[in-house]
This record gives sequence, structure tokens and C-alpha cells, in this order.
Amino acid sequence: MDDDELKPAVELVDITKAFPGVVANDAISFSLRRGEVHILLGENGAGKSTLISILSGMLTPDAGQIIIDGEPAEIRSPRDALDAGIGTVYQHSLLVPTLTVLDNMMLGTNRSFRLDRVHAQKRMHELTQLLDVEIDPDARVGDLALGQRQQAEIIRALWSSERVLVLDEPTSMLTPQGVQSLGRVMRRLAERGLSVVFITHKLNEAIDFGDRITVLRRGRKVGELEPLQMVGKGVDDLKDEIIALMFGASSAGADANPSGNIEKAEWLDQQPVCFRLVDVEIQGDGPKPILDGITLELRRGEVLGIAGIDGNGQKELAEVIAGQRPLLHGQVYLDDKEIQRLSVAKRQDLGIRYVTDDRHGEGTVGQLSIAINSVIKRIGQRPFWRRTRIRHAVINEFARTMIAEQDVRTPNEKVPIATLSGGNMQKIVVGRELAKGPRVVVYNKPTYGLDVKTMQVVLNQIVEQARRGTTAILISTELDELISASDRIAVMYEGRITGILPSRPGIEAQLGELMTGASA
Amino acid sequence: MTDILSTVFLASLLSGGVISAVPLIYAGLGEAISERSGVLNLGLEGMMVAGAYAGFVATLNSGSIWFGLFVGGIAGLVVSLFMVGLCVYLNADQIVVGIALTLGATGVTALLHSAQYSKSYPRLPKAGVLSIPLLSKIPVVGVGLFSQHASTYLVLVLVAGAMWFFRSTRIGLNIKAAGDQPHALEAAGGNPRRTRTVAVMTAGFLAGVGGAHIALIGAGLFVPGVTNGAGDIGIVLAMLARGKLWWIVAGAGLIGVSLSLTTALQLIGLNIPIDAVQMLPFLLIIVVLFIFGRDSYLPAALCLPYDREAR
Repeated sequence: MDDDELKPAVELVDITKAFPGVVANDAISFSLRRGEVHILLGENGAGKSTLISILSGMLTPDAGQIIIDGEPAEIRSPRDALDAGIGTVYQHSLLVPTLTVLDNMMLGTNRSFRLDRVHAQKRMHELTQLLDVEIDPDARVGDLALGQRQQAEIIRALWSSERVLVLDEPTSMLTPQGVQSLGRVMRRLAERGLSVVFITHKLNEAIDFGDRITVLRRGRKVGELEPLQMVGKGVDDLKDEIIALMFGASSAGADANPSGNIEKAEWLDQQPVCFRLVDVEIQGDGPKPILDGITLELRRGEVLGIAGIDGNGQKELAEVIAGQRPLLHGQVYLDDKEIQRLSVAKRQDLGIRYVTDDRHGEGTVGQLSIAINSVIKRIGQRPFWRRTRIRHAVINEFARTMIAEQDVRTPNEKVPIATLSGGNMQKIVVGRELAKGPRVVVYNKPTYGLDVKTMQVVLNQIVEQARRGTTAILISTELDELISASDRIAVMYEGRITGILPSRPGIEAQLGELMTGASA
Repeated sequence: MTDILSTVFLASLLSGGVISAVPLIYAGLGEAISERSGVLNLGLEGMMVAGAYAGFVATLNSGSIWFGLFVGGIAGLVVSLFMVGLCVYLNADQIVVGIALTLGATGVTALLHSAQYSKSYPRLPKAGVLSIPLLSKIPVVGVGLFSQHASTYLVLVLVAGAMWFFRSTRIGLNIKAAGDQPHALEAAGGNPRRTRTVAVMTAGFLAGVGGAHIALIGAGLFVPGVTNGAGDIGIVLAMLARGKLWWIVAGAGLIGVSLSLTTALQLIGLNIPIDAVQMLPFLLIIVVLFIFGRDSYLPAALCLPYDREAR
């Protein structure tokens, strides 16, 4: 490898970008060499998409610098990025489905008044040769198969110059064969001197395709594995190291109290089993079931952690328990009562609560006041409503108590909930679900997007609530918080439970293996 | 009943139909361009009535129909600038703004008219016609189709031009992308907002010319509300055309003929209640919507303001 190849083609230096309530990128540096496939790895919400949106000009950073071939460059719009030779294939398709492939290619690249179809056809032919694929230029994009559509996106990204190709989670909709052929295309491009950035949260892909891996976690860069490092190690060691980086296992459980754990375990053994799932299965669009034979038993006061890489059925499991999704078969028991046919509202009454991970969407109604949001799942119920009349005084009093108990920072209970920060909003959502006799609470990524301090507050509350006898199911992708808050941890992979471990510090590696589908 | 098939009846039906249809084509074409870019332009009627008034004043003072049509177009364009500012740049609701513009323009023109012309009610001289040699000599249909004001032929040229424009030019392609996937256009280095601005202003100009056509060539005068729903019919035509611009011409022809039925029936002295006949075009639209409305193609991003950082 000569010096020229090692010099970065593109460098991002100390990139910072904040959205309301979340720092998506916190001083991230990232360099890209010629002829390499550079993997950007991290969980959902780690800041990968934000970083490449900045590289591709869709977002402008709050601070930091972009350097291209050693010169500082301004990338203020997608056009600037394209002019600098940086082409991007986004997670969500950015081809116009109603236009033909060729028209899509000419969009933005044809700078003269008249469309030059002859020239475009020539360029199309060159690039299909380069990628070694076949696409009908006159087909409507909406009619193409997904794999072909993605090839068209890659061609589109390389249209004006072949230099840097950014692929944002490109494998999510592909078949295994499609993934392999994408891998071949990337290798072919790298061999021709292009730099490829490949964003993913799938570990195996990262190891299969990458020359170098950068790992992001909670908006920060937590590690970079150089090619030399990668060659020297066995695949398993490499996986362990990456999992440790991705999920922050190193700091895990430092504050856990072992004697307290033992006491809790003894106490738990005396508690009755109060919630059971038996052989639960639900079907998705694909051939594989989304949940496949899930069986769980929870004792009163237990915190069961659910670990797993995002998208392995955790959200669906939560929705099944809450009653938002019908089962294909299987039973859900609360005490000894079958509840799988009950509606969401009935289950609410019985004490089954769900803290959604989508607090802006299904969790709250942004334009309504904090007070209304605090009772929004109890509309029409006493004491907040009497017959059909709303009783604002009662609701406001209820909300004021919640604000005081949960230490929510807000001027008063009448402001729209959208004005709160993510952390304060989450306190209201959690407070609402814990009101009025909770029995089983499902927390889906309750700390997502929160700052470290609020995160701790929320976790402590879950543990505290459990000690009072509320059973909790804590879904998270952060192993350290699972280990510190849970009594046991179940791991989900492709809709199945691959193992259940008692929670204690030092089990990260075991969990990691289960998360990638190895059996216990 | 043989009167219905008489030469006089057919000729006047056709001739009146063409005169009514032309403004609908202008309006429908403008709306189609605007909708293709993702802006549902419900201010179309307002732009037409502004064009009708401004064109009327211009022609009254200059004596030139062409100048009046041009000034009408400019007036429509000025009204469309409100739409551009509020909906394209400030992301206001297109439906609310569109309706407000229609109401506002109708009111303002009525006010101006009553201030200036309420005593005199001036009329314009009849517009000259361009008779196409040979074709205009065809019996019955000749005069109606081929002996009309030149603006009639201009609009057909414009429809053909717009089709070429969408197929073969960069801006046409950008407009289509702005209506279907503005994020894709932005990612490709285009500018959805500027693209929509061009489309809405074009729609405003065409609607203004269409409105002027009604006042100058159809009615020969301006009275408040002279456009009589032509803008709304234009919106329906554009939606039904599903991006195929010739359908606007066909639809406008059909509705134009039914609009002129009133006059034609009176001409042959057939005694049908006038209200029933005047209802016909709107009834026709409802029927057509029932039959074809389900298939009407609307761009995916229609009515959605474009905001780059929102997703």
C-alpha cells in the first residue's frame, strides 16, 4: 500500500450537530481513504445517518470542518456534495418512482435547457458496465425490483463523478443474495480507486465487507478498527471487541450492588409468577414470523431486560403485550387470566402499561397541554371526566402532582407538551403509565435520546417501581443499562428468544453472542 | 324536435362551446403545471378574475385585445405571487391560501369595478377573428372551429408546447420531480422551492390570460364574477387529465359545449327552463368525477409544503 492510498480523500473533523433535545453528532471525526470500504457502524440513533447527511449536504453541521483532498471545503447543499464527487444512496429511496430510470438520472445532472437523452444513455451504459449490472433505462423506477432500484440509486450517486460513494443502510431491504451482490459491487468500485462508506448496524456485514470500521455510539465516535488490526484477529475476537464498542459494555454494572442483587433475587423467588407469554407467534409480510414461539414467565416485582439488535422483534413484542397487535397463536396470561383477546383499554384497566419508544408520535400529542397528555389514555374516565364533561380542575391538579413527583422542568401544566425537552417529556409519559395501579409495564427504549442524568433518573424509577411490586419488561439496545436495571436478561434474535441469563456484570460477551444468533 | 339538428343550432353550439372552452383550457393547463410541481392552486379562480378585470381595463384604454390578454396574464401572475410567498416559502396551507386568494380577488375586482365603471358599464367592441383559409369554409363546423380569435389557436399551441416542455426539458423534469419527490430533487442538486415558484407563476399567468379571454373575447365586458367558476372547472379538468394534457382540451370542449347550450337552445326557441340548462355543465362534472375521479392521478407531494430539514 503506497502513501498516496493512505492519504484521506475526504476528512470530517470534529463534526457536531444538535437537534432539539438530542446531540446527534458530538465532535465526530471520520476519514476516508481512496480505494477502501469504510464501515460506519452503530445502533439506531447512534448518529450515523446524521453524519452522512452532513457529508452529503442534506444537513449543515453546527460546528466542525469538512476537508477534501487536504483543502477545507464548504458543503452547504447536496449540489456542493455532488460537485465534490460525493454521491449518496440514502436509506429511503430518493428516486422518483413515477419517472423512468433515465429521467431520474438526468434529474439535476442535465444542466442544459434541453434534456440530452443520447448522452445520458451513453453514461448509463458506462456505469452499468462499471457495476456489472443490467437495468432497462426506460423502465419506470416504481416498476423495478428492490435490488435493481438500489443499483439504479448507486448509478445515480456515481453519475457525475466516481469518487466517493456513501451507502446508508443499503442492505435492509435486500435478500441475502442481494446483499452478496451488493458486496461484490462495492469491492469492484473500491478496486477502481473509489472510496465507499457503508453504514450499517449489522455486525456480520461490517466484518464481511469492511476494510476499516468506525463505531459510533450515542452521537460519539467510540472506536476505529484499522485494517491491520482487523487482519490480525480472529473473527470472534473482532466481534467481541466491536460489540463492546457498540453497546458500551466496558463501563457496565460499575454501580451495581451485588449484595442488593442477591437480596432481591431471594425476595423474587418468593414472589408469585404474575405474567406469562406462552408460545406467542405473529406473522409479518415476509416468510419468517416476526415473533416465533416466545415463551416468558415473570414474577411479581421482576425487571426482565430484553436485549437484542434493533429490529429483531422487540417492538412487536411490546405491542403484543400492550394489545396493539393481534396474535397468530399463543396465549398471554395476567395471573391466571387469559388476556390476549382483550383490547388496549381493558388491559390498561388491568394494569398493563406500555411506555412507547416513539414518544413524539404515539406517546404524546404535541400541541395539547401537559395536563391533557397526562390523562390522554383515560379520556372519558372518572374522575377526570364526569359524564361527558371534562373537569379541567381535576386534570390540572393531577398533572401538577405528576410534575412535582417526576421533577419535570416546565413553567406550568398548561403549556403544549411539545415545548418540553425529550427528557421531561419522557418523565410525563412514564409518570402517566405508572399512575393508577400498574401491574406489568413494558418500557421500550425508555432512555433513548436522553442525556446521561435523565437516563439514570428514568432507570432508577423503573427499579424502584419494581421493588414496590410492579413487574417490568425493559427493552433496550444498551447492554450496560440492561445489566444495571434488570434481574434477568432475555436476548431476542430474529423473533426468537435465544437465551435468558441472570443479570450480572461481565455477561456482555455472552449476550453479544446471543444477539448475533449463536445459541446459548 | 328536428330543430336540435338544425344548422343554426349546431353552429352556434359549436361556436359558443369553443369560446367557453378556451378559458377553461388556459386555466386547466396552468393548474396542471402547478399541480405537477406539488402546489394545489385553489387560487386559480382568483387569478382568472384578476386577469379578467385587468385585461378589461387595459383593452378599454388601449383598444388592443392582445395587450389586454397580456396585462390579464400579468395580473394573474401578481396574484400567484401571494401563493408563492405564503405556500412555497412560508409553508402555509395551500387550500386555505388558495380559497382566500379567490375570495380576495373576487372582492377587490368587484370593488374596483363598482368604483370606476358602475355608472357607465362600458362594453368592448367585438373581438376580431382569425379565419383559417379553407377550413373555415367547411359547412356547419367551419365557422365555429376555425373562425375564432387567434387566442383560441394560441392556447392549443401552448398545450402542445407544455407537453414538449415536460418531456424534453430540464425544467419540465424538475417540475415533475418537485411534485412527486421533492427530497429527490433536492438530493439531485435541484431546488424544489424555486421549481415550484416557476410552476405557480406560470399557472398564474395562464389563468390571468384565461380570465382576460372571458372578459375580452367571450363577454366583451367586465362584471363582478364574470369568470363564473371557470377556475374551479379548470382545477377539476387538471385533476382528471392525470398529467395527460390533451385530456384538458377534450374535457374543456365537452364542458364548453354544455355551457353554450343555454344560448343555443334559446336561439332555436326551445322552451327548457334556463336554470336546468345552466346546471348542466356542473352536473356533467359531477358525473365525470364519479366515473373517472377514482383514477385521477395526483402527484405524491401535492399540497405538502417542502421543508428540507423536516422528515
